Amino acid sequence: MIFSFEILLLILLLATAAGAIMVKDLMSAVLLLGSYSFFLALVWAWLGAVDVAFVEAVVGAGLATVLFLLTLFRTAPKDARLRRPPPSLTTFIVFPILGLLLLYAASDLPEYGDPNSPASVHISPTYIEQSYQDTHTPNIVTAVLMDYRSLDTMVETVVIFASGIACALLLRRHG
Amino acid sequence: MIRPHDSIIVQTLGRFVIPVVQIFGLYVLFFGQFGPGGGFVGGVILGTGMVLSVLIFGHDASRSQYARNVLHGDGVGMLIYAGVGGLCMIGGGEFLNYADLEIPGLEAASRRSLGIVLTQVGVAIDVAVTAVSIVFSLSAEEIMEDSING
Repeated sequence: MIFSFEILLLILLLATAAGAIMVKDLMSAVLLLGSYSFFLALVWAWLGAVDVAFVEAVVGAGLATVLFLLTLFRTAPKDARLRRPPPSLTTFIVFPILGLLLLYAASDLPEYGDPNSPASVHISPTYIEQSYQDTHTPNIVTAVLMDYRSLDTMVETVVIFASGIACALLLRRHG
Repeated sequence: MIRPHDSIIVQTLGRFVIPVVQIFGLYVLFFGQFGPGGGFVGGVILGTGMVLSVLIFGHDASRSQYARNVLHGDGVGMLIYAGVGGLCMIGGGEFLNYADLEIPGLEAASRRSLGIVLTQVGVAIDVAVTAVSIVFSLSAEEIMEDSING
């Protein structure tokens, strides 16, 4: 029963992703992209990554959609100039081969939930055992992000800072 | 410039919804230590609430001083984050090692917990301000004139 739910979710993901690329009306493309993010958030939640699901739902389905829509209102809602040329022969040959290669490589990935996979034996046990004694923070994800890997998060904040400054510099020319 | 929305339904609903969104954002921000959430998500929700109020009640970005100064908040968020890191270094500790914060009467784990809260507030301010300032930048009047003239 759970397995069929997963298949349904993946099919919806593929359908919304393909729709966002193929639809002509840009407004519909933005809304399809938002629903894609929402289905992706459901997939994350189903895999147990609740924090990532939260971020995906809030940023992908919420904020990014709003920013895309505002940009669309600034420009034209219809993609009039862009004529999509039909995909070339190279595309038809290269991309299926790439997909097959990825599928072949995916067969070497560890099973989902395998306790002996490299990700589960390297440093995760240390975090799971010690993060509460170290930081008094029940949410291990927050403890890892904001304490053990604090410098990484600071540089991520610098990226957001730089993006805000860059948008202001590019869009407000006289302000 | 963003004009206020005409519909009274939207305006009345906005008055009810926006405070709820903001309180939920604060809840997510400070509850991030105990459940899903944290600085980034909390900041995005706070920023989205502000964007909603700008879209409903309107804002003249080119005339108001607030729109020009809002970007200073970006620096404030960064300053809180890096400042907590710097405070850790005062007593000869390591950068961003919150156990070295010089707060008497707190054990190391509680200091780390406090450091996590402070840096999360910094991240939240940074993210919220960036979201609002991008919306202000998109609504700046100069762009409209430019696109009309050229």
